[in-house]
Amino acid sequence: MTAKLTHPTRRALLKSAAGAALATPFLSIRAAAETVNLSMLAWYGHAEPDVVGEFEELHNVKFTPKYYTGGDNMLGLIAQSPPGTYDVILSDAEYVQQLNAAGYIEELDPGDYAFDDFFPEFQQFPGHWKDGKLYSVITRFGFLGISYNADVLSESDAASYNVFGDSRLTGKLGHFDWHLPNLGQISLLNGNPNPFDLSDKAWQQVQDSTMALRGQVGGFFDYGGTFSSLKNGQMTAFAGIGDWITGVLEKNGANVRTAIPQEGGLQWTESFSIGKGSRNQEMAKKWIQYITSPNGQAKSADMAAYPALIPNKKGWVVLNEANPAEAKRQNMVLGQQNAMDLIREDRIKYRQLPVQQSLEDWNDFWSDYKGA
Amino acid sequence: MNTRPSLFSLTFSLPLLIWQLAFFLFPLAFLVALSFWTVRNFQMQPNFDTVNWVKIYSRSVFWDAYFRTLLLASFSAALISLAAFPASYAISFKLGENAKRWMIFVLIIPFFTSYLVRVYSLQVFLSDAGILNAFLGYLGLGPYSMLNNSFGTLTGYATLCLPLVILLQVFSLNFVNRDLVEAAHNMRCGRLRTVLEVIIPSAKAGLVIAGLFAFILSFGDFVSPLYLGGGNPPTLSIMITDITKSGQQWPRAAVVALTMIATLLTVAFAAIKFAYREAGK
Repeated sequence: MTAKLTHPTRRALLKSAAGAALATPFLSIRAAAETVNLSMLAWYGHAEPDVVGEFEELHNVKFTPKYYTGGDNMLGLIAQSPPGTYDVILSDAEYVQQLNAAGYIEELDPGDYAFDDFFPEFQQFPGHWKDGKLYSVITRFGFLGISYNADVLSESDAASYNVFGDSRLTGKLGHFDWHLPNLGQISLLNGNPNPFDLSDKAWQQVQDSTMALRGQVGGFFDYGGTFSSLKNGQMTAFAGIGDWITGVLEKNGANVRTAIPQEGGLQWTESFSIGKGSRNQEMAKKWIQYITSPNGQAKSADMAAYPALIPNKKGWVVLNEANPAEAKRQNMVLGQQNAMDLIREDRIKYRQLPVQQSLEDWNDFWSDYKGA
Repeated sequence: MNTRPSLFSLTFSLPLLIWQLAFFLFPLAFLVALSFWTVRNFQMQPNFDTVNWVKIYSRSVFWDAYFRTLLLASFSAALISLAAFPASYAISFKLGENAKRWMIFVLIIPFFTSYLVRVYSLQVFLSDAGILNAFLGYLGLGPYSMLNNSFGTLTGYATLCLPLVILLQVFSLNFVNRDLVEAAHNMRCGRLRTVLEVIIPSAKAGLVIAGLFAFILSFGDFVSPLYLGGGNPPTLSIMITDITKSGQQWPRAAVVALTMIATLLTVAFAAIKFAYREAGK
């Protein structure tokens, strides 16, 4: 028998091949009837097995991710695709309004989602609601501060954005190449209570303070470049990023971390929406319910691509049971001084689009700064 | 002779024509049209407005980047051509047939690996605590800053262009008539003078085309200025991505792209005209 299997006659081989060929269509029909294909437009990592694996098995869903870098990239991808291309869309808070204004996302029923489990700060997140209607459900957030190589700088060095001008950082200060978080941090350094709502005078001061740092800058980096230049020590400190980058490096053994300086930090926020015209709205809803549930939140907090804080209080409880080390590392332990206190002490401001200037003004200045 | 092209010649030339129409001329026409569109609230709207051209051309940061890129690419073309020539000369004139074939094979090997991967791995060599600086440290030198500046960018350009330039130079040197070289020697022309006055003029077309390729590849390259130059200072290709990141300004990016295409076409035509210009004309 073994010999027959390893050395089949030509006839036996043809028979089994023909059988397999005939059976194939049935296989795919069966599969198609059962598996729902859910397309997701998101930052890298959100549809990887460590996050979606359990949900895929539970509901027999297969995620098809399309990853983007930055809100503008995301809006471009949606604008270029027919309606209904993306079932679920992950977006940064400041771009939800743009998605909504362009009619790219469906209105959601607040009753479908467990907002009562969320910290009160996140139950009515600005930008996710418009005229009392819900368009997006917050799933994770994080802080941006001073990211630094702890071999060179101490925590007390990183207690103020003034360290960006330190002589140890000459040629060693990296920028994550996006104007909003970088200019927002300099705006905090200048003492603006709302770093993105600037009078013309304050905006000019932000430009001057930023330009004064130009000689310190070692480079402007994208996602991959930021990782590698922090990891290989080429850059000693970074503006415009946070634990979403240093957390990944730290977990892989690099001695880098992010501090929130005394002038305060910025907050980024990611939320899920359902794409307008999606044919899988029911399953998309189930996904958002899952990822904002305590279990889903605990997974999301420790996502392999980049870690984040989670808005669901019950999610904190689950995370502390399942993964106490990560809960402690991210300062998400209940009953002690934790990440929520930073928000409550008003040390964290939302990252948002410029209020008094146009986005173009900010971007133009950023190009001038890079070219200077 | 002015006859209608035969079916035979059309069969072979039409695919190229269709390819060029579909993937060069049509997108180019679209790019021109796009540069007159406007953007409102992150959405592009068909329009006929010169605002993008005025806006880009009136900004000094654009012209800085333009001349910087032009200078870097010219420098890269000249430097790489110079660095490549001794190698090409040796391969073409000094090696036996077998060794020549092996060298050509060796020069093709770099193309087996993605350019992006090669550039990323160069970071390990060039960084402040990298392999090169560690080696120089043993000799009591350095550390030198080689990453995130123009040196890094040029190293990347060389990674991209050098093998190709050597190959092109070798092929053009292979076509140099050996009798001419012998004649020069017979007339007591020295080695260096033979190279400068016989070999280089005979292979001029190929050498110029090789340099042109280095210029074209460097001028439009995005990977090296970003990952080895650290975007510091930015080139035109980086500027294009910056512009698209600010509220979907594709029309303005189109202006930059069209300027780049116009520059490349001008340089290419000038180079080819120079390459095939016969002596004395």
